[in-house]
Amino acid sequence: MSTTTEKPNDTAATDTASHDTTAPHAKNDHDKQPKPLSAAGRSLALGVLFGIVFGFLLQKGGVAKFHVLIGQLLLEDFTVVKVMLSAVVVGMLGIHTLHRADMVEFHIKPTRLASNVIGGLLFGCGFALSAYCPGTGAAALGQGNFDAIAMMVGMVAGSYIFAEASSWISRNLDPIGDKGKLTLFDLFPQSRTAVTVGSASLLVIVLIVLELTTIR
Amino acid sequence: MILETRFLSMTVLADVNPLEYSGPAWSPYLVGALIGVLSMLTFYFSNKPLGASTAYARAAGMLGNLAAPRHTQRLKYFQDNPPKVGWEVMLVLGVVLGAFLSAWSGNEWTGRLLPPMWQDRFGTESGLLRVIVAFGGGILMAFGARMAGGCTSGHGISGTLQLAVGSWIAAICFFIGGIITAMLMYAV
Repeated sequence: MSTTTEKPNDTAATDTASHDTTAPHAKNDHDKQPKPLSAAGRSLALGVLFGIVFGFLLQKGGVAKFHVLIGQLLLEDFTVVKVMLSAVVVGMLGIHTLHRADMVEFHIKPTRLASNVIGGLLFGCGFALSAYCPGTGAAALGQGNFDAIAMMVGMVAGSYIFAEASSWISRNLDPIGDKGKLTLFDLFPQSRTAVTVGSASLLVIVLIVLELTTIR
Repeated sequence: MILETRFLSMTVLADVNPLEYSGPAWSPYLVGALIGVLSMLTFYFSNKPLGASTAYARAAGMLGNLAAPRHTQRLKYFQDNPPKVGWEVMLVLGVVLGAFLSAWSGNEWTGRLLPPMWQDRFGTESGLLRVIVAFGGGILMAFGARMAGGCTSGHGISGTLQLAVGSWIAAICFFIGGIITAMLMYAV
């Protein structure tokens, strides 16, 4: 079950030519110039950079706080849904536009009804128990909630337990209701832009209703 | 643990209201919109969607490779997803750092084991219970996220914004499971 789609030429291959340090006459030039980052190094550096921004935003949005997450699940505090839907609206319109301009690829995860539903419910149960999700838990640790360490250790253990069961699950559960990489565009094939703008508008209406009806 | 929870429910469980505790520092709409922009940047510069749960699976595989390499390499998930320190692991490490910078700059560093709302509900002596519950929650979340194919960020934000049907189903199930469990823990 692959969760990310990797493009083979993830990062530019152009800087590989300058890695030849065996030629003695070239060595001095190399010492003077800053060494270009390798493709893997660039990917790691971007990962940590995007992570810092993500963690900063999660903390500022209050979604690293125990009571904000539990408050959402108790349907008292709607901060989590407001953050998520705002991100989805902006990302939906932005990534659709970038995709139309041929600047990005989609990364659609497959629809497998049984696994999506059972896995989703199990996840939700764990979400309420720990009060953190995988991303906000890391942010909670960053803001000093040390109980998030227990959740993160549990995540590592749970991932290994899943790997033990992965062969059985992929044979017995994943095929149930397996629809492949199904999107709303397949269900409404008329116009991708209309489907995108329509979905984003619906979510904006939900956000407006939430803003008018909720305390927080 | 169940017995202990029942025992607690008869003695010290207090009513708690999540709105009595501090809210977000910034507008949730602003933060959400900026996360949306961030997801555009990760698609463009890294060709990857935002997602947090994969990092824990990578860590599990790397630890497995240290402790029991032959067994770990036979497991289907790790054959399909070879464990390594990659973009996803760096993303989660960055999240810890970024949240620290945010909490430090905004005077919101907590530095404690028990969240105030948990402590008000389950008492000041509930540290071990909190560690066990958070650990168990982590196990369930990781298992569920891998089975469903992603977590609150991978499905809940990155998948839904691409209008993937499975991501919307999974995200709705996250909240159904979470609401039922949270109601049982805090509202009964």
